[in-house]
Amino acid sequence: MKSLEELAAIRERMKNKVALREASGEIRIVVGMATCGIAAGARPVLNALVEAVSKEKLDNVTVTQTGCIGMCRLEPIVEVFVPDQERVTYVKMTPEKVPEVIEQHIKGGKPVVKYTIGAVEA
Amino acid sequence: MKELSLNILDVAKNSVKAEASLIEIEIEETTETLLIRIRDNGYGMEQDFLERVLDPFSTTRTTRKVGLGLPLLKLAAEQTGGTLTISSVPKRLSPDGCGTTVEALFYKNHMDFTPLGDIVSTVTLLIQGNPDIDFRFVHTMPDRTAELDTRELRAVLGDDVPLSDYEVLAWITDSLREQYGPDRI
Repeated sequence: MKSLEELAAIRERMKNKVALREASGEIRIVVGMATCGIAAGARPVLNALVEAVSKEKLDNVTVTQTGCIGMCRLEPIVEVFVPDQERVTYVKMTPEKVPEVIEQHIKGGKPVVKYTIGAVEA
Repeated sequence: MKELSLNILDVAKNSVKAEASLIEIEIEETTETLLIRIRDNGYGMEQDFLERVLDPFSTTRTTRKVGLGLPLLKLAAEQTGGTLTISSVPKRLSPDGCGTTVEALFYKNHMDFTPLGDIVSTVTLLIQGNPDIDFRFVHTMPDRTAELDTRELRAVLGDDVPLSDYEVLAWITDSLREQYGPDRI
């Protein structure tokens, strides 16, 4: 059984990490999780993003959920906000596309253009 | 929706919007039935709104925030011969006792029964998206129980670590998976 002691250990470790997190520029990944997004498959996408950010220890990245972004037919939609850069909107996302977005965009700074709304809608 | 756990993820967001501080998700399962109960202590609904909330076509702009979530859950329950009921106490009538309870009953052996699916992801992601709200989750099955109460977790973590911390979320996922056992997940 998972024990509450393990949680206490996480708390101890976190005390040192907080200062570090505040120092670096924050990247935000936002997933549309309204009825339309969920029905289109947003949950496994959100899950894959949370797991990837956790596994890669991307301490400057937060993954958040939002409601309907207003383009239901293009769900699941993921928006990426990098400080001082224009927002990038990924549409028709799948868990399979997540590693590429993490590697190229979140870590490498280059948006994966072929999955963005501009490429898919064109 | 392909899984009932997706309906739960969707409908629980109504409780978030109702500014609940505690959302309880109870699943009671027998060999024949599955009951989903979502209870919150949010600001509740007035009677006239409660009467319209299940009809997707009567939804007007002012009521739009509830949307299709509840009608979809109702449909999923009724297509198995089951039912969906909602009771609600608005904050105006009872500032301390307000809240909404949604109960959906499913007959599991009906051919149109939608499987529960990945409920562990649903619980984990509800906590991930709403780290300041408390969640109590209990799933009783004929042979086992899986449960989690974020109030207990919060007592250990204090103010230092949010429930949305990735290590905490991994702990939550692992804890629930262990309780379900390898044959259920």
